[in-house]
Amino acid sequence: MELICPAGTPAAFREAIEAGADAIYCGFRDETNARNFPGLNFSREELRQSIALARRKGVQTFVALNTFMRAGDEALWYSAADDAVTIGADALIIADFGLMAYVAERYPEQRLHVSVQASASNPDAIRFLVEAFGAKRVVLPRVLTVQDIARLTRQIDCEVEVFAFGGLCVMAEGRCSLSSYATGKSPNMNGVCSPASHVRYREEAGALVSELGAYTINRFGPGEASGYPTLCKGRFDVGGTEGYAFEDPVSLDVIDEIDALKAAGVCALKIEGRQRGKAYVAEVVSSLKKALRASPTERTALVSRLRAMSEGQRTTSGAYDKRWR
Amino acid sequence: MPYLSPLLAKSAEIAPLWFVERVARTIFTGVLKGHPDLFDRLGDYRQTRYCFSPSDLSLHFRIVPATRMLSVFRGEPPLADARIDGPLALLLGLLEGRCDADALFFSRDLSVTGDMEAMLALRNALDDSAIDLPRELGALAGPFSPLVSGAARHIRARALGGRGAAWN
Repeated sequence: MELICPAGTPAAFREAIEAGADAIYCGFRDETNARNFPGLNFSREELRQSIALARRKGVQTFVALNTFMRAGDEALWYSAADDAVTIGADALIIADFGLMAYVAERYPEQRLHVSVQASASNPDAIRFLVEAFGAKRVVLPRVLTVQDIARLTRQIDCEVEVFAFGGLCVMAEGRCSLSSYATGKSPNMNGVCSPASHVRYREEAGALVSELGAYTINRFGPGEASGYPTLCKGRFDVGGTEGYAFEDPVSLDVIDEIDALKAAGVCALKIEGRQRGKAYVAEVVSSLKKALRASPTERTALVSRLRAMSEGQRTTSGAYDKRWR
Repeated sequence: MPYLSPLLAKSAEIAPLWFVERVARTIFTGVLKGHPDLFDRLGDYRQTRYCFSPSDLSLHFRIVPATRMLSVFRGEPPLADARIDGPLALLLGLLEGRCDADALFFSRDLSVTGDMEAMLALRNALDDSAIDLPRELGALAGPFSPLVSGAARHIRARALGGRGAAWN
């Protein structure tokens, strides 16, 4: 199976290549991609140089244009697609049907992947995207079990990529409005979930309090591992009981399911984390590369040390192995 | 937990403030000169007043990248737009991109307050800049360059322990 690795900067891109990535995904420095954070991402020239380096090393580059176009400002997304094609992206990762149509009509030879943000999670939706826009691969949302994935792959005629490690989004991706509700900005339209402009941290008697907009997201006790300030992983008082209403601060790790995913027809494993530093990229990519080559019994040990770098310093197999409450 | 050697910590505590400031300013100016790409990624946040507060020292370092200003304070932290607290070895590890800031935040080794957009911009700019402090220090040491770089590498390896070993 291919290992698809994140890069938020040219330095992280180089680390991913050295660590053994089969393909690297990245985005431009604007709201055309879902990791539109300050100081992150690539200029056109940086991407051109990175793609040239990747080619020399036999590594593919996928460009994420995975936010939804804003009415009246479509030119920003169209020009990003034009530039990514001209620069030589091996694939474009797209969520917006309008942008898919633009790329399919203008660049019929360009390989197109359906972003997880499109939330295409059933045979009808995926078949439509393959037939209408020539999509070659779909990145599945992190809400399906391994059995769901196996049933799905048998009914579609395109490659399937799934998230294997990193940040865990538990919502209907591309449709989630929690960040918008609290801040007016979302990963879907602005490329930012819980934008830093609305995040505040403060210390209270050794506890770390995180706030997003007008909401207190969490209060981590002294020494307690912390997480990102997202509403979906907030700790709230619900019906008189304090706890995590949606999901704990935890990261995804499905390394133990690799063989089952392969048998289910998955061709590529994706690592989340374009917002993470190059040290994280180097460590996670090299560990997962070793794990893919290792025996099932060796894999857990290889990847377990990554837990310390994960949100909440804990990992879960999430919906892939869901046991409903 | 990464640590600063007691000798270095003690030296920094008793050294006159003007001396610490002069050394830090020389390093800071050298880093900015050698990595102009930092400014590009910082964008508008180059005007931000960033404060670095090593938790194992009573010193605070405040910088403003745009004006190349660096000031050192003892005791209470100075006014700043964004502030990061943590062991000095980890702060230097972050400066070089040898440690992952999110991982250190999750483990509570680091704490951040103030303007989070500015802090993210700085983190990402530093992460892409391939700063190598021993090399930068060596460049400032003239004929003693190999000696200074070597000593700095030794201190860094001891201070960071296993952290950052995967990256080079």
